[in-house]
Amino acid sequence: MSDLVRLERVTCAYGEERVLVDVDLSIRAGAFVGVVGPSGSGKSTLLKAITGAVKPVSGRIARPSGPVTVGYVPQVETVNWFFPVTVLEVVLMAATGRRVPWPSADERVRAAETLERLGLDEFAGRHIRALSGGQQQRVFIARALFARPQLLLLDEPTSGVDVHTRHDVMHLLHDLHHDGLAILLTTHDLNGVAAHLPEIVCLNRTVLATGPPAQVLRSDVLERTYGAPMEVLSHGGMPVVVETVPPEQVLERPGHHEHSA
Amino acid sequence: MNELLDPLRLEFFRNGMIVAMLAGALCGMVGVYVVLRGMSYIGHGLSHAIFGGAVISFVAKVNFTVGAAIWGFLSALAINRVARRRTIGADAAIGVVTTASFAVGIAIISRTSSLRRNFDAALFGNVLGVGVGDVILVAAVLAVAAAMVFVLYRPLLFVTFDPEVAEASGVRTGAVDAMFSLVLAATIVATMNVLGVLLIAAALVIPPVVARMLTNSFRRMLWIAIVIGAAGGLIGMYVSYFVDMASGPAIVIVEAAAFLVVYGLSGARGRRALPAGAIE
Repeated sequence: MSDLVRLERVTCAYGEERVLVDVDLSIRAGAFVGVVGPSGSGKSTLLKAITGAVKPVSGRIARPSGPVTVGYVPQVETVNWFFPVTVLEVVLMAATGRRVPWPSADERVRAAETLERLGLDEFAGRHIRALSGGQQQRVFIARALFARPQLLLLDEPTSGVDVHTRHDVMHLLHDLHHDGLAILLTTHDLNGVAAHLPEIVCLNRTVLATGPPAQVLRSDVLERTYGAPMEVLSHGGMPVVVETVPPEQVLERPGHHEHSA
Repeated sequence: MNELLDPLRLEFFRNGMIVAMLAGALCGMVGVYVVLRGMSYIGHGLSHAIFGGAVISFVAKVNFTVGAAIWGFLSALAINRVARRRTIGADAAIGVVTTASFAVGIAIISRTSSLRRNFDAALFGNVLGVGVGDVILVAAVLAVAAAMVFVLYRPLLFVTFDPEVAEASGVRTGAVDAMFSLVLAATIVATMNVLGVLLIAAALVIPPVVARMLTNSFRRMLWIAIVIGAAGGLIGMYVSYFVDMASGPAIVIVEAAAFLVVYGLSGARGRRALPAGAIE
């Protein structure tokens, strides 16, 4: 498959602070990639660089197959849930082409189709706050899909949600990937990406490893990425990451003092 | 019924009523974006900054309206620029830029007693003293603001709700913010002589806050805020006539009464709908 986006020695900085350093990364058409790394490792900046919201200070971001339509789903923690918008109004925000406030018939049809595809058609007139966590995440995916993107970027789509919602979101992304959409998401959920995604990128300001979970999720790679020891077990042929805490960092629980007899 | 028509025989009251309704509608419309951006304090601060600009333009013998508008626009841009620095929040940026500008204005006025009289209207408002020129100015700014909201409805909504994704989606957020700053500055300059520097903030904030408690739809909030602003101007003018009180405060008191009624009737749902910092 051809590359949709190719980052070549990309460095991004906020002021003097370099957040990404010499990043090389290719995203193929139909890819399904999870980017993992500690907080502050540049995951969100990587997505913003691909959208064009953050300009590299050096290196270049190429689109070898021509212009690429990108859909972007932000972290739901950043959403102002008190903002007066209905589900339909959020989805229609992505329709930026026309210079009149009301949507065209075509835009209405597309919005209705998108909402139906994501199982949100019955909630079109509801305020976004009146939905469950999984439905709220779907609303913002629907907005990103409205523009019919070739590449969908999601910033921590499974953070701050319960296990059921996490599976719900991952299955939805699976379905979208099967329909031919290239997906790049950031996450802290190492075992989630191992179970659901065919390709992982370990990032800590620069790309430390990339490949299938079985190849990338190794103790040495994760220790280099996170700067802390991590144990990787195998369960049914799938890697399972276990955080290992050094004995001196184990907190003593109140009321569990050991007494010598 | 005749009692309600009586004041309309007075030309100064007719002018005042028209300009109060136009100013109320204008502030209601622009205020929706101000409140939803979490910048309720900017109306208060920017009006103070523009006051400084107005004094300086008066002393420099530059056209009062043009000078104040340019000063206001530059102040709004400065606030946006300072607020984007991560170490300084928008509230602190507004505080620094606007109070410094207001202080310059007050410092110049304090040196000349004749200036003090000229700027009483700007500070406290004088609806009944407005002429046809003021009516035309407010109507023109309302027309420009309405045109901006119409043409930029989609990008303005997107940038107000989610600036990060709007930028990632190709919306020119910097241009949209600059256009909004320009219209906000023009709104404050145009309504300064009507409502007064000290009361503009209320006209910008109260109608949108009341509208927010009444609806969960952005489009409806915009319309309701415009209607409440215009109605507040109309009813406030009658209250000022019959109760014999200053018009600016009467308009704000009517709008505040609408807030209290809706706040009481809408109960917990309405109170939860209010953005943080909307009520001070």
